Amino acid sequence: MTELSKTGAAVSEPAATEKDSKAFLDVRDLKVHFPTDDGVVKSVDGLSFKLEKGKTLSVVGESGSGKSVTSLAVMGLHRLGARGKNVRMSGEIWLDGKELVSAGPDEVRKLRGREMAMIFQDPLSAMHPYYTVGNQIVEAYRTHHQVSRKAARARAIEMLDRVGIPEPAKRADSYPHEFSGGMRQRAMIAMALVNNPELLIADEPTTALDVTVQAQILDLIRDLQKEFGSAVILITHDLGVVAEIADDVLVMYGGRCVERGPVEEIFERPQHPYTWGLLGSMPRIDRETSERLIPVKGQPPSLINVPSGCAFHPRCPYADLPKGNVTRTVRPELQQVDGGHWSACHLSPEDRTRIWTEEIAPKL
Amino acid sequence: MISYILRRTFAAVILLLVVSAVTFAIFFLLPRLAGQTADQLATQYLGKSPSKADILAVKHNLGLDQPLYVQYWHFIKGIVAGATYDLGPTTVHCNAPCFGYSFKTHQAVWPELTSRIPITGSLAAGAAVLWLLSGVAVGVVSALKPRSFFDRAFMGVALAGVSLPMFFTGQLAILLFRVQWPIFGRDYVPFTENPSQWANTLFPAWCSLALLYSAIYARLTRSGMLETMNEDFIRTARAKGLRERKVVVRHGLRAALTPIITVFGMDLGLLLGGAVITEYVFSLHGVGEYAVQGITDNDLPKILGVTLLAAFFVVIANLLVDLLYAAADPRVRLS
Amino acid sequence: MEGNPPIMRRSALAAVAAIGSVSLLLAGCSKADDNKNDNGKSAGANAATKDVVNASSKKGGTLTYELSDVPDSFDPGNTYYAYMYNLSRLWARPLMTFEPGPGEKGNTLVPDLAASKGVPSDGGKTWTYKLRSGLKYQDGTAITSKDVKYAVERSNFARDVLSLGPNYFQQFLAGGDKYKGPYKDKSAKGLSSIETPDDTTIVFHLKQAFQEFDYLVAAPQTAPVPQAKDKGVDYVKSIVSSGSYKFQSYDEGKQAVLVRNENWDPKTDPLRKQLPDKIVVKLKVNPETVDQDVLAGNAIDLGGTGVQAATQAKILNDSSMKANTDNTYGGRLVYLAINTTVKPFDNVACRKAVQYAIDKVSVQTAEGGPIRGEIASTVLPPDIPGYAKADAYATAGNKGDAAKAKEQLKACGKTAITTNISARSDRPQEIDAATAIIASLKKVGINANLKQFPSGKYFTDYAGVPKFTQQQNIGLMMMQWGADWPSGYGFLQQILNGKAISQSGNTNLSQYNDKDVNALLEKAIATQDTTERNSLYTQIDKKTMDDAVIVPLAYFKVLLARPQNATNVVSTAAFSGQYDYLNIGTTK
Repeated sequence: MTELSKTGAAVSEPAATEKDSKAFLDVRDLKVHFPTDDGVVKSVDGLSFKLEKGKTLSVVGESGSGKSVTSLAVMGLHRLGARGKNVRMSGEIWLDGKELVSAGPDEVRKLRGREMAMIFQDPLSAMHPYYTVGNQIVEAYRTHHQVSRKAARARAIEMLDRVGIPEPAKRADSYPHEFSGGMRQRAMIAMALVNNPELLIADEPTTALDVTVQAQILDLIRDLQKEFGSAVILITHDLGVVAEIADDVLVMYGGRCVERGPVEEIFERPQHPYTWGLLGSMPRIDRETSERLIPVKGQPPSLINVPSGCAFHPRCPYADLPKGNVTRTVRPELQQVDGGHWSACHLSPEDRTRIWTEEIAPKL
Repeated sequence: MISYILRRTFAAVILLLVVSAVTFAIFFLLPRLAGQTADQLATQYLGKSPSKADILAVKHNLGLDQPLYVQYWHFIKGIVAGATYDLGPTTVHCNAPCFGYSFKTHQAVWPELTSRIPITGSLAAGAAVLWLLSGVAVGVVSALKPRSFFDRAFMGVALAGVSLPMFFTGQLAILLFRVQWPIFGRDYVPFTENPSQWANTLFPAWCSLALLYSAIYARLTRSGMLETMNEDFIRTARAKGLRERKVVVRHGLRAALTPIITVFGMDLGLLLGGAVITEYVFSLHGVGEYAVQGITDNDLPKILGVTLLAAFFVVIANLLVDLLYAAADPRVRLS
Repeated sequence: MEGNPPIMRRSALAAVAAIGSVSLLLAGCSKADDNKNDNGKSAGANAATKDVVNASSKKGGTLTYELSDVPDSFDPGNTYYAYMYNLSRLWARPLMTFEPGPGEKGNTLVPDLAASKGVPSDGGKTWTYKLRSGLKYQDGTAITSKDVKYAVERSNFARDVLSLGPNYFQQFLAGGDKYKGPYKDKSAKGLSSIETPDDTTIVFHLKQAFQEFDYLVAAPQTAPVPQAKDKGVDYVKSIVSSGSYKFQSYDEGKQAVLVRNENWDPKTDPLRKQLPDKIVVKLKVNPETVDQDVLAGNAIDLGGTGVQAATQAKILNDSSMKANTDNTYGGRLVYLAINTTVKPFDNVACRKAVQYAIDKVSVQTAEGGPIRGEIASTVLPPDIPGYAKADAYATAGNKGDAAKAKEQLKACGKTAITTNISARSDRPQEIDAATAIIASLKKVGINANLKQFPSGKYFTDYAGVPKFTQQQNIGLMMMQWGADWPSGYGFLQQILNGKAISQSGNTNLSQYNDKDVNALLEKAIATQDTTERNSLYTQIDKKTMDDAVIVPLAYFKVLLARPQNATNVVSTAAFSGQYDYLNIGTTK
């Protein structure tokens, strides 16, 4: 914690204030660090958020901002495999009243796939090439349900049907490479939802798909969410997708949350220059290409040597506005903007409002 | 599928013809280019100070007095239709497949070869089982804990296994298991006669040969596993909540093993054509020993027999590997 | 005969070194085992070259022979290897054979199938043998002189089928060049120069007087073969025994098992003892394994060419092991043939320059040291009758004499010579010896380049082809020679006889064609008196050395390991120093 937040912060981080009532998913001060020969990679460095059932949280940010790492951390997937030993995790992840960071690996494993499930970006590489789609779904189901193969297969076919795959009984015997990209993602979703999970994490589920299929998949996720009432974390770098589906938005930069709030707030009154940049780089069909605005210039920050002060300052066009050297020396904490809307920026609220309304919004 | 196998079989036959023709050419043409006459060639198969008439008789008997293409034709014809030889008081008929008679000892090649295939086969099969099991097991464990003590230790042993010559490891195995602690038998016993004796006598040879190969397979498995365990589908398997053991075996190993099938098939095919050094060290009368004898005696029918047998095994191994691969990896189509 | 040369492939050499170190590593432990087997007594080093070791008439047990190679054939009519001449007597009784005895005593000829030695007539041109009575094959049928005649016919006159033995009978019998052999000539009469007036008499008619004919009929080629049972090349699979053992099984190239021949009658045989119940002959056994088994007392090395280099090192470092070895002559000369048809070696002075120049100690070292050969100065080795100690080109310490060599060069009218030296590429010791010779010659101005050829074609394609050596300027040729039978004639005839020079497969590498030597050879073989004959051989040896056509390098020696469980072990000069296999028994 910085000097400022200790003494002067009028309102501190959301987690701190709402400690008592636990949300369905409640992440508190999550840190995921990877010690390497070059130094410690701080992929996630003090992240807190919460999510209720039936709601969709979109986590946005560039590659390397820590959004995927966050989702894997929730799933407990970091600690597995050859690199599992090299992860340092701290903080708390509460899922439906159970704390996952301190839980034993087998405890988390039992939750994985059953209470929380995940769909991945590239369904071709994410599905095993040697097993039929049906078998892979059957395996997912039977891992958590003591049922016969036959019953599991019926369930798999039912799920394939539910996600809109034609002739599901026949297609269940096909291999992933025999599916089209969109069908594959539908199958992936069927596999994730086969156990009726209460939390669904979708990591860039549409990135690898073409635009028309993207919309179908998003529709499917939305419909299924309504039907099953699950909480959904949607990880994306595409704000178009966010606008489509999210209830809340969490903007990540350099392993930390720089802004979060309800989706309308983020789109109507974004408070952080990085969010502005993201909005600016969002393609819009109703505008001509030449008019498209400023993509965020510069490179994402190193996660080993995170820039001092505000991690965004080297790329921020307004870094010199606040008085003194504060953007370079002091790390900004999340400040409540309004209701559920929080932002971590040294710019004064006046400056932010002015820049947004005068400089940014008109160009969008 | 059937047309595929038919096509492959046809290609195999052509390949075997080419192999035999090339062997023929190397045997006859190279020495001939260096100035060897048919008489000199025939003299090699005679005792000392042969008379001119002896040389002519041998030359005629071995067919060396005929043009090369005629000799080759007779050879091929013998394989397909059998042949008749004049080798003593009566003529003998050599049934198809007739690979001819040794130039030196005048013994039929085919029965000799077939009597040796089970020995080389036993050696190769036993060693293959050992090296596949041990190599894959070591490779998997090493891959799951890369850079651990176990990994380093076993990869060190593996490196030694690859680099130590069979002359050394084999001889060491003999000294240890037959001389120092004579718990293993010495003389090959056919499997059909006494399976436990069979295994008992072959065990030291299996171990030595397997050490050589399992080292390679451990490294292959290790790198394959390291690669697959980083695949997205492994992450998916874990995300499903599978137990780690299942993730490793059903998802990781399954994918990592497939490329090993190719290498394994080829290695086994090559070995069946004769494990020359191992057979030498362990005094096993296999195909490899026969090949060496053929080369030492400059005995064409023996050399041709072994060459074709080895080529045949390699071709078969290749075909089986392709079929297996197609069965193992649904993405592969036979065409 | 060339016998069974100690071939060692280059590739195996490094391995042997490595194995040697392993063996030494384990020597500490194995020594303890050896002592256990020792039973406290050992006959001492070279005991079997002086007397029969472990003389015994104890019957029973299984005796094992191991061979790192394969023999040309077990068929007595189709073999040329010394160890097969030795071993085949167990199932094939020749007319004559050698009496088991130490060293040169083993050269004594005794009748075997014949009742007594051959009776010469017509000045040694006709030889008559009477067979013993009551001789039977393994199937109980009687052995007749016709079977002996048939055996000689098939082994010498059907060389397109049975090609691997020598053909002395073809060369020496009258009309031998016209007879087509029993397979082509189906007439009942067969070769007319062998007569069988009755079932126990056989008469050989020769082209010329041949006083050593008893040696010739000591070859397994005279062992009887029943014509009705002959299957040509396949006879080897169903040999009908006339000896004390018969084949229980025969596995081509792998193994043969012999058991007692019940129809063999000791009354017809003063030589054989028929001791072991069973004799197993294992072929193609790894040479290291052979050594281990021999040292452990489990086997006899059939090849009889001595232990491997690594084993030799181990034995020489251990006096208790050395006490169970025999270091003996192998009836063989290692030499350098000087090609008298290649200039300037047509000049005797130039040849003498080579004689003086060579440092024979360096050659001996290259060949493996004193254990593997004694420095030689005569053509005939000491274990062959006719040998007389001499050294026509003695130099101080056998280290060569550059001054004398240069003197001879001058006499030859040369200051420098450029030539080639041939050696067999797959015999590392021969290559090393040639290299040592090249170094010696260089010091006196003779520049020889090494030319390597595979041993399998050395005589048929290279060194044995006069035209080739002429074209390639091969003036010097590495060579080893052993006698087909232990006599001066048997040794000298093929390497010095001018009439034996052939266009391919030639063994008179020097192409020495001296009418005196040719005449002496003819005279010797026609001389009935043994002492006189032997003195003629000494003369030939001396004349050859005076003409300087052969540089004797070493009298080949072998280091045999003597298995301690074997009985009646004796090293005989008749079979290149091998143990005599006729009566070896086992205590096991």
